[in-house]
Amino acid sequence: MNGVHDLGGMHGFPELGYERDEPVFHHEWERRCFALNFAADSLGRWNLDMWRHAAERMDPHEYLNTSYYEHWLHAMETLLVEHGLLTREELEARLAGDLTPVAPAPGQPAALAAAEVEAALLHGEPAARDVERPARFRPGDRVRTVNMHPEGHTRLPRYARAKRGIVRDEHGVHLFPDRRATGHNDAVERLYGVEFSARELWSDDAPPRDTVRLDLWDSYLEPA
Amino acid sequence: MSTNHRHHGSHGARALADPELRVRALESLLTEKGLVDPAALDAITDFYENRVGPRNGARVVARAWTDHEFKGRLLRNADAAIAELGFEGSQGEHMTVVENTPEVHNMVVCTLCSCYPWPTLGLPPVWYKSPSYRSRAVAEPRGVLEEFGVRLPEDVEVRVWDSTAEMRYLVLPRRPAGTEGMSEAALAALVTRDAMIGVDLVRAPDAE
Repeated sequence: MNGVHDLGGMHGFPELGYERDEPVFHHEWERRCFALNFAADSLGRWNLDMWRHAAERMDPHEYLNTSYYEHWLHAMETLLVEHGLLTREELEARLAGDLTPVAPAPGQPAALAAAEVEAALLHGEPAARDVERPARFRPGDRVRTVNMHPEGHTRLPRYARAKRGIVRDEHGVHLFPDRRATGHNDAVERLYGVEFSARELWSDDAPPRDTVRLDLWDSYLEPA
Repeated sequence: MSTNHRHHGSHGARALADPELRVRALESLLTEKGLVDPAALDAITDFYENRVGPRNGARVVARAWTDHEFKGRLLRNADAAIAELGFEGSQGEHMTVVENTPEVHNMVVCTLCSCYPWPTLGLPPVWYKSPSYRSRAVAEPRGVLEEFGVRLPEDVEVRVWDSTAEMRYLVLPRRPAGTEGMSEAALAALVTRDAMIGVDLVRAPDAE
């Protein structure tokens, strides 16, 4: 989707606001929000691409006016409600101070146990899949990215659409976010590392030697 | 999207609620439902506050600077080489290490969200996740580098890696001159998080 999360090349944001000796979390709620997200994700009702899309669906005004972990909080609330693990009414009642105990959702999954955390974190979720898909491109091939404006999730940023580049790396077959975000958990495509000159992306005002590399799936690319 | 939605929809009203209250409400609800084990939450935050962080990445860099064969393995197959030091896991499943040279300076960003190699660098700093960095790093990386006090000649290629997939990038900075006799541990202490993101250079101890 053409959302405000797709920030590459936008103008007008202030300086970076560098903080020396920054803590991992600035507030206790950020610490709990981070952990709650990990625990809720591991319930297995949604995948990472659905999570990213939930964050992107935040109202664009709010997205830019809120902090990073508020985006996480929004994504988690959205997915818990959409997947029937929590109702909006339960959340609103608790926020209003109603402490009436809530019941489990029918058929809900089991919680991640403390003893399972370390193994889950150390294993991660590899995105590569050992399946065959024809390789349309080789390193050195010239390609052009497609011009597309899907309303759903995509990992082809606006600044890199309809641009000419050169394939530099083959990453094999990876899970494909655009389809995974709609619940097709096993959707895969070949993934390539593609180089673009800064001048192709940003006009001849850019320094002549500078480049940008993006990792792009097969259907984002056409031969050029 | 209309402004009406923003001011009259339940969505807008919800977003105005204090995030601290919302997180507390969610944790109590999910715990009551049996969807979350509070002890698991503690284990998760302990891992990211105490087990991973940029000291891990610095050990990878210092090993590469002092062990030529390790460096070769690291650049060819970063996953296996980093696993030798034990820094695997979530958001580091598919690692690539990119080497700074006199000709190429590498710099990493995620313009679409905040992808970052957690096992080697820990969780990202606020500036890395900010709209400022995400908007500017791809379009004017040299301006960003200047904010970090780094100015590179125009004949050096600034190569920006936008983390659009699950590939995660760690920059192998150039080893500073004057560190020839230093131990691996002493070298690791010189390596900064920012240098491994590619927005800074590693400096010799007397060059501050």
